[in-house]
Amino acid sequence: MNILSGLYKPDEGEIFVKGKRIQIGSPRHAIEAGIGMVHQHFRLVENFSVAENITLGMSTPRFLLDMAAIEDEVLALSKEYGLQLDPKAQIWQLSVGEQQRVEIVKMLYRRADVLILDEPTAVLTPQETRELFATLERMKETGRSIIFITHKLEEVMQVADRVTVLRAGRVAATADKTDVTSRQLASLMVGKEYSPTLPGKTALETAPVLTLSDVTAYGDRGTVALDGVSLEVKAGEILGIAGVAGNGQRELTEVITGLRKTTSGTISLLGQDITNRTPLEVINSGVSFVPEDRYGTGMAPNLSLVDNVILKSYRTRIMCKGPFINYDAARRQTQGLVEQFQVKCAGIYSRARLLSGGNAQKLLLGREISSDPKLLIAAYPTRGLDIGAAEAIRSILINQRNQGIAILLISEDLEELMRLSDRIAIMYEGKIMGTLDRDEWDIERIGLLMAGVRDVQHEEALT
Amino acid sequence: MSEPTATCEKKDTVPGRSFRIRIEKRLETPAWWNAVTPVISIALALLFGAIFLKLTGYSPITVYKIMFKDTFGTRYGITETLVKASPLLLSAVGVSMAFRMQLWNIGGEGQIYMGALAASWVALTFTGLPKYIMVPAMMIAAAAAGGIWAFLGSAPRAIWGVNEILTTLMLNYVAIFWVEYFVYGPWRDPTAFLFPLSPVFPKAAWLPTFGNTRIHWGLIFGIIAALGVGLLLSRTKWGYEIRVIGENPSAARYSGMNISRNIILVMLLSGAISGIAGMCEVSGIIHRLQAQVSTGYGYTAIIIAFLAKLHPIGIIIVSLLFGGLLVAGYSVQIYGIPADIATMLQGSLLFFVLGVEALAQYRIRVIRN
Repeated sequence: MNILSGLYKPDEGEIFVKGKRIQIGSPRHAIEAGIGMVHQHFRLVENFSVAENITLGMSTPRFLLDMAAIEDEVLALSKEYGLQLDPKAQIWQLSVGEQQRVEIVKMLYRRADVLILDEPTAVLTPQETRELFATLERMKETGRSIIFITHKLEEVMQVADRVTVLRAGRVAATADKTDVTSRQLASLMVGKEYSPTLPGKTALETAPVLTLSDVTAYGDRGTVALDGVSLEVKAGEILGIAGVAGNGQRELTEVITGLRKTTSGTISLLGQDITNRTPLEVINSGVSFVPEDRYGTGMAPNLSLVDNVILKSYRTRIMCKGPFINYDAARRQTQGLVEQFQVKCAGIYSRARLLSGGNAQKLLLGREISSDPKLLIAAYPTRGLDIGAAEAIRSILINQRNQGIAILLISEDLEELMRLSDRIAIMYEGKIMGTLDRDEWDIERIGLLMAGVRDVQHEEALT
Repeated sequence: MSEPTATCEKKDTVPGRSFRIRIEKRLETPAWWNAVTPVISIALALLFGAIFLKLTGYSPITVYKIMFKDTFGTRYGITETLVKASPLLLSAVGVSMAFRMQLWNIGGEGQIYMGALAASWVALTFTGLPKYIMVPAMMIAAAAAGGIWAFLGSAPRAIWGVNEILTTLMLNYVAIFWVEYFVYGPWRDPTAFLFPLSPVFPKAAWLPTFGNTRIHWGLIFGIIAALGVGLLLSRTKWGYEIRVIGENPSAARYSGMNISRNIILVMLLSGAISGIAGMCEVSGIIHRLQAQVSTGYGYTAIIIAFLAKLHPIGIIIVSLLFGGLLVAGYSVQIYGIPADIATMLQGSLLFFVLGVEALAQYRIRVIRN
């Protein structure tokens, strides 16, 4: 998407529009080629009017803007496609659905023939979604092509003529909608089924380490990100969270670690209520956390490895002498972690940003484990790592599980989840769609739940 | 999602040429750049000043020679340089502390004024105190006043996220007006005719000087402050928190640090150090309060902190350099050259430092086809 809209440049390969090979060096080239992109997060100037936003970035007219004429044109376009808009309204006054209409009209105004919509329904109410689909239908009739990116199978089956499934940067398949079922698509989305290979030991039947009951929280955009989530993680168990990224996983990790406030529900750790505690209190009660953004949140990339290793332990008695940090102890600790987890680095005083992704993750995970946590939360711990590093991370996780630590593992990689998890909970739009044991899951069932298709098997079992 | 390595092609293949030039962003700026950038920047600033002098009809070489000789070549020049460097050093240490945490405390000037005001209040009110109580009492009052002034600028930031650049900057003017109010009003010395001056402080409120020079203890305070802040940042738990918050606030939050509390504490200390700079000016040099306590030391301190890359030892060196520049500015006046040449050199120094710094992040690569 970013390549087609000119934000990134392709390393190789060709792009054709209407049979003509084109090069897209910048967003302007994309617009000239007739490609219009509606991003998931809108690119609008809040304090500008609708018409101003629509004309923004266009090369014509060069100097004088005839706002009245532009407004008329915008109005005409919006009427033609049934997209109700007031061209004079300011963006901040509009609802999310209306803002999306502005984005679409902007692309029509620029005479885009190919329209790319990235997860357009993510922010819409069901009613707005229906209106959007009607608009798309009308645009199809006027001969425009639409690329509709979504992870919701139900929507694919509703609006698409043809379907392409992308997985890990490759085209997994392309087919006419009439030739495929949602089950087949779900399988294509998640890939081949792999034989589960978790070592034997099953979780002890003890009281859960972590319990969430009915937890609700808002996301950054003020929409409900967690919607009545309940789950349990026991000691010596890996609970996998499956789901397409952006369905509440990040918010889930944040409410547990105290980085985000819940609006209702309770979170408890070993029977102790830790709902809405500060991050420090949660850390002190024995929760370790490998965040999804390892450089952005988990580390201070411009500080040394030593400074990064003591990020959480600098307050402990071993690491300080009065108000001073005991840098001898810090050095020994760092050296120990570097050796134990085979972190390749240019010395422990080099900056953390110079570490490769795999080595940074090993160090981060090592740091989080070294505090002897009760619960370890690992969000996408192997994302972006090479196979060797990813395997190293996985074996550390299994090792910790076998030592009796409760682990909450969030991943998009179903193969990984099915190998490592004792149980898998599937998240979709901030809800837990179901929690499956090893003998209950199969890849198709997980895939359907991930795409928001309710678990028929489960319901059948209930009746 | 992270941006791809920023590469920007300045020129595409030019027909007839077998190479192209590409400007790329470096992943890591080599360490030797840190040593080279100040030297290059100073050279460029002097060159820029020379062009300007030439255009306005002066001989750059003569002017620079006078500036250098009168500053570093005479006893008076050297002692005056140290006198001017003292408040610069203190205030630069103060603001650099906040800068380390990415808190843009532009209020050094106001904090100097408030420090001077509070110290004067102690000196003029408790006139009977002996020196060993008077001087510490003035310092405490000055530190408290400077700290509170910085706190006023930072509390809105800590609570509501208000931009501290604006609040600290605006508070500078408020502080200057307060000082003016007192010297024109309640504290005006009736014997000073119509000048806006307070009465002279009792001798006990005078900072000791070295020998018969004007160099006072403020220089020692400055060096202690620089080394102390250096130690604080590199060795202590609190300093560690400040560095982590400055480098990556979300990592700080993630590891349980209290960012709002640190914003307030760091600004308090930052302001307190500048406050002491103000106290040293009234207690060490003027020995009374006057309307103009500082000639923009609080602003120059910002330039110094940046030029020194917030490094304590660097700040000591750059403060001396800038103290010298101020003295040089006064000395060229005798020859009919405006003292503003020194201010201009200061400004262009910052400009070139920022420019060279930015360039150091890029490298030029010639790609042969």
